[in-house]
Amino acid sequence: MAYKDEQLNEEKVFKDPVHRYVHVKDRVIWDLIATPEFQRLRRIKQLGTTNYTFHGAEHSRFNHSLGVYEIVRRIIYNFQDRPHWNNDERLLCLCAALLHDLGHGPFSHSFEKVFKLDHEYFTQAIILGDTYINKILERVASGFAQKVADVIAKTYEDKLVVSLISSQIDADRMDYLQRDAYFTGVSYGHFDMERILRVMRPIEDQVVIKSTGMHAVEDYIMSRYQMYWQVYFHPVTRSAEVILSKILHRAKYLYETNDFKFKLKPTHFISFFKGKVALDEYLKLDESIVHYYFQLWQEEDDSILRDLCERFMNRRLFKYVEFNPNLQMNEWMELYRLFQKANIDPEYYLVVDSSSDLPYDFYRPGEEEERLPIHLLMPNNELKELSRHSDIVESISGRKRTDHKLYFPNDLLNDIKDENIKNRIKAILYGRGEIKNVK
Amino acid sequence: MLNNHAKLMQFFSVANEVTGRKKLQKMIYILQKQDIPFEEKYQFHFYGPYSEELTLRVEELCNLGFIDEMKEEKSSYYQYHYTITSAGETFLNQFSTGLPDFTDKVVMLKGRSSRFLELVSTMLYFDDLSKNEVEEKIQITKPKQKYSLDEISEAWAFIGKLSQVQ
Repeated sequence: MAYKDEQLNEEKVFKDPVHRYVHVKDRVIWDLIATPEFQRLRRIKQLGTTNYTFHGAEHSRFNHSLGVYEIVRRIIYNFQDRPHWNNDERLLCLCAALLHDLGHGPFSHSFEKVFKLDHEYFTQAIILGDTYINKILERVASGFAQKVADVIAKTYEDKLVVSLISSQIDADRMDYLQRDAYFTGVSYGHFDMERILRVMRPIEDQVVIKSTGMHAVEDYIMSRYQMYWQVYFHPVTRSAEVILSKILHRAKYLYETNDFKFKLKPTHFISFFKGKVALDEYLKLDESIVHYYFQLWQEEDDSILRDLCERFMNRRLFKYVEFNPNLQMNEWMELYRLFQKANIDPEYYLVVDSSSDLPYDFYRPGEEEERLPIHLLMPNNELKELSRHSDIVESISGRKRTDHKLYFPNDLLNDIKDENIKNRIKAILYGRGEIKNVK
Repeated sequence: MLNNHAKLMQFFSVANEVTGRKKLQKMIYILQKQDIPFEEKYQFHFYGPYSEELTLRVEELCNLGFIDEMKEEKSSYYQYHYTITSAGETFLNQFSTGLPDFTDKVVMLKGRSSRFLELVSTMLYFDDLSKNEVEEKIQITKPKQKYSLDEISEAWAFIGKLSQVQ
């Protein structure tokens, strides 16, 4: 039997708190899971710094990847006899679902921003490079790895296949919303996925939703909206993320400053600082390694690096106030100067964080051909954009909600010796009465 | 602070008015590929390169009152028009974005349809491939758009010209 068709003697299952069981029967999938590149995902948390706010959020990219695979497996099972579905694409879909997040690194959003990286580039590099993953995929068929890479990059010719992994209502989002809700312990984020899977219909180049399933999709859209504001954009999580980014900036700056000598040479970071990260170097860096450096950098001679690492390791986070860059620009400029006078470097300790700094989004129908929206399949076989038919979705997606916050270390402000400077800073920050204490 | 917002404001200031979100998406992407350092992250989508980050940032600029968004109802969809406001000009004047002059590029881009810019941005998305491979990719990823050989040749010429102007 060809490797691509090989089945395990007995179906294997992974016990999963979200989907109950993840089922594996294909030898190829089983082999991919066993590779070092895939096992590495166990050491990368799905939600980065969210566990500083919701302590249960310790789940990994490994959990999520298995979950996305399982959802796609169930979708394909439902699609088997439906028109437009080509079951020859089954294994390709399963592999792409399993491997879609393979290139994520530790705290990947911060790393990407600071070091100008792209996890999708590394996903492609792992799938197409000299790796265990690549060897397995090429054993399926010559060129199969490229197909998997194309599906994940959304450049594959069959758009229906792509839309299972990446669209406005895809397996990726359906897994992470439910999984993140489960592990954070929040009550929102839940929706009737089984119902959505039952009303999904493949058409020529996308998956659409049978109109009778609209209410299940409304629930999904609402979950996405609530998770965005309540979990993903939680200000305490963002505070930890702000500090993390500043640590990386500071370490890079110190590395580039020739006269600074690290007590612990940042070996694993050097290629990141230089902006030339080879695949083997990228794969070596996981969250354990990052934490190891942050732990030891608390003893470095540089007071800023030391302080930021100590804050990150011990959850001594920045506080925040609401900030409107339009109305409060002058205040911000004054604060910047006052921080400098107080010897608190505003580049590291006075930070504006915006909703657009977040790698999550909520549903927007957009303009024609801006991006593909969720389509309902009406009884007369017409397609209708979801928000044109659902008042709930229209009200959520029609309203633009954005947010900016100003982060700062309140404890350092309390230590300012010059009372005039201290009082003026506090008057600006607290004067509006909008300060909110970090939990 | 807000440097990426300021860069977009610089774009809106130069462009004066932009009609259509799709067109806006493609314009910023094409400028990025012309080494104008906008930092919005793009991914390939159904209609070519698309940046969720850009969508969000433009929403933020609208909410802050720096950009005015006008929604126009068309037969089966909405179209959006963007212009910079006086508050936006004031905000921008407080920044030095460090962007090179890209006025002529913006003029060229504004004069083209969103369909054409979708083609150009898709070609640039695959700029690590050979010319033949790029053209093959266009047919694979955009079968429904049915781009003709003439349009593709025109797009190559456009890309060549665009890189020669400021």
